Formats: sequence, structure tokens, C-alpha cells
Amino acid sequence: MFTPPPTFSGYGLGLRKEHYRDFLDGDVPVDFVEVISENFMVDGGQPRDILRRVREKHPVALHGVSMSIGSADGVDIAYLRRLKALADEVQPLFVSDHLSWSRVAGFSSHDLLPVPYTEEALALVCRNIEVAQDVLGHAMQFENPSSYVAFDGATMSEWEFLAEMSKRTGCGLLLDVNNVFVSASNHGFDAHAFLRGIPAERVRQVHLAGHSQGPGLLIDTHDQPVCDDVWALYRTAMSLLGPVATMIERDDAIPPLAELLDELDMARGLGAAAREAA
Amino acid sequence: MKLAQWQEGFRDWLTTGSADSTDVFGDRAWPGLTVYQNNYRTQLVTCLEVSYPQLLRRIGEGNFRNAAMAHIDAHPPRGWTLDTYGADFVDTLVAVFPRNPDLHELAWIEWSLSEAFVAPDASPLAREALWSVNWDEARLRLTPSLRHRVATTNADDVWSALQNDADSVPDGEMLDVAGALVVWRQGFHSRLRRLDADDDAALRLAIGEGHFAAMCDTLVMRLGEEAGVARAGALLADWLDAGIVVGVDN
Repeated sequence: MFTPPPTFSGYGLGLRKEHYRDFLDGDVPVDFVEVISENFMVDGGQPRDILRRVREKHPVALHGVSMSIGSADGVDIAYLRRLKALADEVQPLFVSDHLSWSRVAGFSSHDLLPVPYTEEALALVCRNIEVAQDVLGHAMQFENPSSYVAFDGATMSEWEFLAEMSKRTGCGLLLDVNNVFVSASNHGFDAHAFLRGIPAERVRQVHLAGHSQGPGLLIDTHDQPVCDDVWALYRTAMSLLGPVATMIERDDAIPPLAELLDELDMARGLGAAAREAA
Repeated sequence: MKLAQWQEGFRDWLTTGSADSTDVFGDRAWPGLTVYQNNYRTQLVTCLEVSYPQLLRRIGEGNFRNAAMAHIDAHPPRGWTLDTYGADFVDTLVAVFPRNPDLHELAWIEWSLSEAFVAPDASPLAREALWSVNWDEARLRLTPSLRHRVATTNADDVWSALQNDADSVPDGEMLDVAGALVVWRQGFHSRLRRLDADDDAALRLAIGEGHFAAMCDTLVMRLGEEAGVARAGALLADWLDAGIVVGVDN
């Protein structure tokens, strides 16, 4: 049984191509950066070189999108070995992915598809996490995804599923506050109940992002600034959590770095205020 | 319902868009399923657009989108990374544009450049390493980023004009004499070159057995003794400078 990864308290940004030059040439005021693992799980060339040079300046968290931990087919061992090779080189703060699935019977959707919150899925996800952690040799973190479909036969809430998953496997949790807000809105549950329901002591990292209004549903687009409602939820989360690494996650419509650093300052301020008030 | 069946139903919905696949999800799921369906197709189209930016400019958004949709229907993604999704897009282009080898070769160029960009690293060979080489026995080791194919059109000229935002982009034309296209990475930069038939013959030998002596013999046969030996030496020097040759084994 693994135990959740060590805590790290700080504020970071996702490393995106638009800001490579800033991170390589300048002194960007972040405590860590997070990269999309798959973008660097390549054989060689400039991406790996950039990651090596950024790693010399900042701690790095590896955040994946393709592990498909909820896949009924099990996890892809070749993928895990490639991820392990990257992790061995980078020596990351955390290795994380999502509580979702994307792969079935040789098909890969490349989207974070929802897991039904049932005992069958819980047992399968836990088995897959144990395999992944065994290959990697350390505990991972798994993030609550935004979802647009709820399974009629669910027997537990998302936060109950996450809590039991973490308890059984020793994995840490990555709390995406925006995803809580989006899923709560889409499925009509209480976002604060989610925050109170997850085991705070197992949360190691927090994501903040923006979303968009779709036809009848909120869509997790990561192309907007963090909205006021999500900031408010973040403040509540920080009053409940222990030491965590908070990160602004922007994947589309990437603004100048200064704008993201302003958002990160906002997170710092709210985080500090929440801690003082707690 | 078993999780595997549920996931297969989800896959069928994404790949076919058929309402028959959605019965297991219930009526409440319909708006959300539409979001996932849209995400799936949009992401794959975007992936192809990012992989083939000059082809997109060449054929226009409408034609590109039609080809992309045909590709998505015929080739659901299978790999763990989207970076490989466009690998067989050229097969779709052959089906959609059967009379346009210039487009097939343009697509090959773009795909090969992106493959070379993240191919395994290889250090260039220092000239000093050649001093002790027995050239009668020498075998050339080429960079793992090297990609090579027959060239029948001026697709490389078209790609260069598009890539450099040239004022005019040439029409696609068949070459008078077929040659070869070569793509590789030098340092962190992907390179493209068209070879004539003589240089192509030499490179094919280098890619195959790698014997430098056989390469010389072939060039001598094609060009005569003096010119053939001179061309072999010039090619070796050029390939060393360009980072195509990364080792010589005896």
C-alpha cells in the first residue's frame, strides 16, 4: 500500500508553448510548473530539452490525460513504462491523471470520459491504480474531472467514490475546483458538500481554471480566466485543506504570462486569507 | 450493466453518432452526450489541422474538413497520444484526392517533419572520428530522425513557399525525373531536401546495408570513376555537416 505523495505548499502555472521563452530566459515567480506528461513522452528533440532546462529552475509536476484509469480493459503497461521513464528523469513533485477513462477495445477517445460511480467501477479503478502505482513505484494523484453525463445506476456520490478510492489505494487527490463547480452545476449537486466530503488530508494539489456556458451545460474549456464563483469556492477549499500546491490551468486562448501571474497572485491572496480565517 | 458494455456503448456513440448507442444512458444524458460527441470530433479535426497546416492552406478549409471527417469516420484513434493520430491521413488523402500526388507528398512532408522533430536524439559525428576509419569496410550510421520517400512532384517547392509565406505558391507539377524527398532533424531543426536520382541511389544504400564502398561503387557505375568517387566524397562530407551521418562503424 502506497501513501499519498509528500505535501508541497506553493503556487504554480502550467508550462505551455507560448511561455517557453519566458521560463527559459527569465525568472518567473512561481513555486513550481506543471506539464502535460504526454507532451514530453517523446523520444527526443526540443520538447525534452526544454523540459530539462525548465526543471533546472523549477520543481515540475507531471499531469497526464491518457492513463485511462477507469478503463474496463485495464491500464496500458507500455504507456506506464514510458511515463515512468519520464518521471525517472524529471523527478517530479507529483504524477497525476484523472478519474476518467478514454480507452476501450483498442479505441482511444482522447477525452476524459466519466466513470460511473458504482462498486464495480470502484473496484476496477482501484485495481488499475494499484497497477499504475506499482509500475511507477510511488503514489499518484487523481483529479476529479468535469462531467456532462451522470450514470443512472450510480450508488455513491463522486466525492464518496474519490474518498474510498484514495483510502483503498493510497493515492493522493488533485482537487480541481473549477471541475467541482462545473459538475455541480451540470448535475445539480452541492459543491460545498463535495469539498466537505473529500478527505482533505489526501489532497496534494489544487487546479483552478475557467469554463464556458454551453447549451444547457457548463463546459470545462480552460480558455477563460477563473470566474468569481470558482474563486469563492477555492477560498472555501483552502480553509478546509492542509498544505497544497495550487495551479492555474489554461490550455486554450493562452494569454500573456503576466495575466496568468496576476491570477496566481489572486490565488495566493485568497489562499493566505483562507488559512488565516480557518 | 457491466462497465465494459457501458464503455463500448459510449465508444459507439462517439464514433457513429447513432442514437441506437445511447439507449443505455437514459434520456437525461442526451445533452451531455452531445457535448462529448462534439468534443471528440472537434479535437480530432483540430489535431489534423495542427499536424498539416500547409496542406490546410493548400486545399482550403472546406476540402480539408471534408477529408478530416472522412478520416475520422474511417480511422478512429487508437494510440495513447493524439500526436500519432494523423499518421495515416495520407491514406485518406489518396482516397479523397486520388489524382493529386502533389497533395499526398505535401502531407508526407508535413508528417515526416513532425516525426523528425521528436525522434530520438543523435549527436553529430566529429570529423576526427573519421581518421581511423577503414573505408573499404566502413558502414554509415544515419540519424534515427531520417525519413525518405520517392518524389514524383514539386511538393517540396510548394511546402517551402507556403511555409515561408511566399508571394506566389507554385502549382503542383509532376517532376520530369523522379527523385526522392528526405527529412531529418539537425539539432532541434527539422530539415527537408529533394535528392536527384544519383544521390537517392547512394542514400538508399546507406539506409540499407550502409556500406560506404557499395555506395561508391554505385556512384561510379552511374557517373564514371572520377565523378563517382568525387560525388561519394562530397555526399559524405555533406551528410556529416548536415547531421545525417551520426556514426561510422568498421
